[in-house]
Amino acid sequence: MEIKLRKYFTPARKEKIGESTLILFGLITVLPIIALIVFIIIKGLPAISWTFLTEMPKNGMREGGILPAIIGTFYLTLGTALFAVPPGIAAAIFLAEYAPDNRATRLIRIAIVNLAGIPSVVYGLFGLGLFVIFLKFGISILAASLTLSIMTLPVIISTAEEALRAVPSSFRVVSISLGATRWQTIRRIVLPQALPGILTGVILGLERAAGETAPILFTGAAFFLPRLPQSPMDATMALPYHLFVISTQVPGMPVDIQYGTVLVLLAFVLGMNILASVIRSRARARRQW
Amino acid sequence: MEKILIRDFSLTYSDGQESLKQVNLAVPENAITVLFGPAGGGKSSLLRSINRLNELADVAEQKGQILLNGQDIYAPGVNPIDIRRKVGMVFSRPVVLPLSIYDNVIYGNSVAGQKNRKLLDQQVETALRQAVLWEEVHDRLNDPAAMLSGGQQQRLCLARVLALEPEVIMLDEPTSALDPVSTSKIESLLQELKRTYTIILAPHNTQQAARMADFAAFFLQGELIEYGTGDIMFTRPKDQRTQDYISGRFG
Repeated sequence: MEIKLRKYFTPARKEKIGESTLILFGLITVLPIIALIVFIIIKGLPAISWTFLTEMPKNGMREGGILPAIIGTFYLTLGTALFAVPPGIAAAIFLAEYAPDNRATRLIRIAIVNLAGIPSVVYGLFGLGLFVIFLKFGISILAASLTLSIMTLPVIISTAEEALRAVPSSFRVVSISLGATRWQTIRRIVLPQALPGILTGVILGLERAAGETAPILFTGAAFFLPRLPQSPMDATMALPYHLFVISTQVPGMPVDIQYGTVLVLLAFVLGMNILASVIRSRARARRQW
Repeated sequence: MEKILIRDFSLTYSDGQESLKQVNLAVPENAITVLFGPAGGGKSSLLRSINRLNELADVAEQKGQILLNGQDIYAPGVNPIDIRRKVGMVFSRPVVLPLSIYDNVIYGNSVAGQKNRKLLDQQVETALRQAVLWEEVHDRLNDPAAMLSGGQQQRLCLARVLALEPEVIMLDEPTSALDPVSTSKIESLLQELKRTYTIILAPHNTQQAARMADFAAFFLQGELIEYGTGDIMFTRPKDQRTQDYISGRFG
């Protein structure tokens, strides 16, 4: 019996079994995301209409549109980009190009790794304490954007640093040998080469910020606001929080509005994701090394 | 007359590896000085010390002096950028910057703040002609430099250095990644260029060393073993180790 089995499992057969197992698991990881997207589209599409996307909610949010939530999420993402991208890229340039290998640098790296590991609700409470109360920004787009920025920073820093490090060091040596300064080398050679990778990281970070509920819960999100935000000091509705509200807090909520809201949020986030992929693949096609 | 004078120069990297021991060497003007010897002998380290490129590496200790035109290049107040513009370097693998052919050639001048388009155009043409590349690329200067063949890329790297109008050109195994035809192009080019420039060459084999050397220095494990004119070094060297290396007994 044992000998028979051994004969059956020739190296070629083993290879085949191994390969098909791996393919199977590969497919399994794809299934949930496809199932989720298809399910949401089927359930949510009937709710989508021009009115739904461009009007205020009515009748205790049971009717009308979700415009303030869409606009709110847009503003929050924009604000996060404003506060997180410049310092994030600057920090990445420092770490990849200038930082000496010493204790201070290691401390910064540990801080970044840990920042990435903190649960988002903790960011929410931190934002409440620092921005809303201590700095007196109140429940506002400003406070929420700043909170989301802190959460997004580690993602942007680590992907940007990786993108910078992927640029061959021979470019740097050659540039310096031709009389360029370090900064000229970074600006003229390294940054342009790393830019697609940096942008991908930025978009992925912002995408996460756009979909988060907990950090804005205490810092900027409004349960219901029948008007669009007028300034950064206003509170705002936002898609993820609105979704939470209409799924749990409003009795008699029509299901299709819930699914419609999910679909809009999903489209927002996936759209950013697709944008990131397009940038990446176009840059790869153009790459010269 | 010597262009570069190296005095008791020693160098140790921070991984503990000593790379140069008490090197004394005079590099004559308008001639090709060849640094040869087995890998790890300190040739590259010496080249990278002469244009202060070693400052990018982890140098733990450095002693001695390197004089260019009688001036210590490591003296306080000397800007390494000025040194690098006077002492250009071509590396073993052709590394073209991810820019157009044109922008590669004028990179050194452009980072130095030169903006006059007419002058830059002129420098590009002069440098490419000197590097015998002009005929091959003059109609596609704005194409990415990476589209050139390996041999063309290495001549572009040379043109890029020539555009700096340096005084010294150092080449670290410039033909090690090239085919025989490209190699002989570069070699005959260097024979031309030595009339105007001081050239230091670390060749990638002994044959090339013998072909090119006006003067030659044999390096072994960080030490300068022997120095002399090319014809004497490759026919009747004094040191047994030089003789063994040239006759192929090790290397």
